[in-house]
Amino acid sequence: MNPLLQLSGVRYRYPGAERDALTDVSLSVAARQFHAVLGPNGSGKTTLVRIALGALTPFVGRADVDGRSASTWPRRELARLAGVVPQREDNLFPQRVRETVLLGRYPHLSLWGRERAEDRDAVDRALAACDAQHLAERWLWTLSGGEYQRVRVARALAQEPKLLVLDEPGMSLDLKHAMGLFELLLGLVETQGLGVLMITHELNLAARFADSLLLLDAGRPVASGAPSDVLTQQTVEAVFSWPVAMQTVDGRPQMIPLRQPKESRA
Amino acid sequence: MRWTLLAIVAALALVLSVVLGPAAVPLGELLRSDIVWNLRAPRALLAFLVGGSLGVAGAGLQALVRNPLADPFLLGLSGGAGLGAVVAIALHLAGPWALPIAAFVGALAALGLVYRLGLIGGASLDPRILLLGGVAIGAFAAAITTAIVSLADAAELRNVFLWLWGGLSGASWDSVLLVALYAPIPLAVLLAASRPLDLLALGEESAGYLGADVEAVKRRVYLAASLLTAAAVAVSGVIGFVGLVVPHISRLVWGHRHRSLLPAAFIGGGALLAFADTLARTVVAPRELPVGVVTALIGVPVFALLLRRWTIA
Repeated sequence: MNPLLQLSGVRYRYPGAERDALTDVSLSVAARQFHAVLGPNGSGKTTLVRIALGALTPFVGRADVDGRSASTWPRRELARLAGVVPQREDNLFPQRVRETVLLGRYPHLSLWGRERAEDRDAVDRALAACDAQHLAERWLWTLSGGEYQRVRVARALAQEPKLLVLDEPGMSLDLKHAMGLFELLLGLVETQGLGVLMITHELNLAARFADSLLLLDAGRPVASGAPSDVLTQQTVEAVFSWPVAMQTVDGRPQMIPLRQPKESRA
Repeated sequence: MRWTLLAIVAALALVLSVVLGPAAVPLGELLRSDIVWNLRAPRALLAFLVGGSLGVAGAGLQALVRNPLADPFLLGLSGGAGLGAVVAIALHLAGPWALPIAAFVGALAALGLVYRLGLIGGASLDPRILLLGGVAIGAFAAAITTAIVSLADAAELRNVFLWLWGGLSGASWDSVLLVALYAPIPLAVLLAASRPLDLLALGEESAGYLGADVEAVKRRVYLAASLLTAAAVAVSGVIGFVGLVVPHISRLVWGHRHRSLLPAAFIGGGALLAFADTLARTVVAPRELPVGVVTALIGVPVFALLLRRWTIA
């Protein structure tokens, strides 16, 4: 069986850029796998999402979705296989939660057809899976940051995808909502067999929940594999240019940033 | 309920525009009157078709340029059409179709230039540049128009000026037939883009991830909406505010799903322009106001209210 997502030896440079955004990056996400991509700002994480989903085409290497080159997928078919929660998005018009989740059904609707009972069921199931049924009739702009993220995950789930891709979904979430989101995603991986690819800054959360990590620095892969292999003190300090201490919780590495010693403060 | 109400409003607007007019036609003779059959009926239908086209074009362009305050004439077409019309008048081109054809050609030229500008950044059509390019091309065409007008004599000047404010006095069954055959094609293209247009409201990246072929949709919507507007301007001059205000009011009642919004904007735009044209023909009878004056007098206060609502929300 093909992995849901496979990047092999990918290299990409934006037109007019000084250096490659990604160099020699490989990655594979299969069903029932929770894969996280980590790295400092500007390390190429969002570019990786765009390449993985065919929005950009790599100069060198391949990006395949379910065994087929990502950029050759018709967008509608791809949207039935992969649900995406992008980093940023702004709604031009005010919308209610149920309406925005229903947008996730569009790749399943025919050109002129109305939404069917099965589409409304899929919306209800997606809202339930994200513990957001009670929000269904609310306006989007009345939601808190955490509620809004759950609704966006629900919209991606309404696509009934096999693969879920999230670009920094934990940003601006408080402890409870960030943990809740990761628990939700891991639950989907375990119960529904989804493959998840998450781009995140949350090293500790990624280490707790993901099976597999890829650490990028300036577009280059620094380490990949099980969290305990990737998040070592040496690697984290080198990539993020800050001293850290490492601990283990639930068998997973956890990073604690250290204060700088007084004499080295400028 | 709201569809029934809209249908009643539209029927009322059409009936009024056939019944009312400077010449008194007794109600009993309405169906036998030449004035009704040869003047008022085609004029009412043309007003309805043009108003409906402007309503749909406006709704589509607002979603495309991601600006709820966009008007179909903002994209330079009015300037191009005006220039075409003025050239036709200055060259004394004769025949009933000289002016519409010249205006249509001018609008198409502006459309092509703006479209080319929209692609200036590469292979992707940039809606922001469409908007800016439209304003720039429109201003450029208006400058040339004014230069030509300044050399024209007074009678010609008056014609040009009135034409620029829109009018349906040239309506005939021929023009109704022409628009009725032409408009359904771009209208169908826009209606078929309803769902991708819903998705575009989330931004291009999200729309793509939800299955929209964003580049194709942007091009289709721009071309279809502009071709509708070009035809409208050719048969009736520049009629402002219908394409701005009607989509807005339709959004308030029907929400933002284009599947319902676009048909509602068509019927609403048709009703509004039929009604405005009736006013234009009757308030200063036997003289006539340019219909664009009436739509602007109705539209600007409504627009100001909407603007206020928009900035509060």
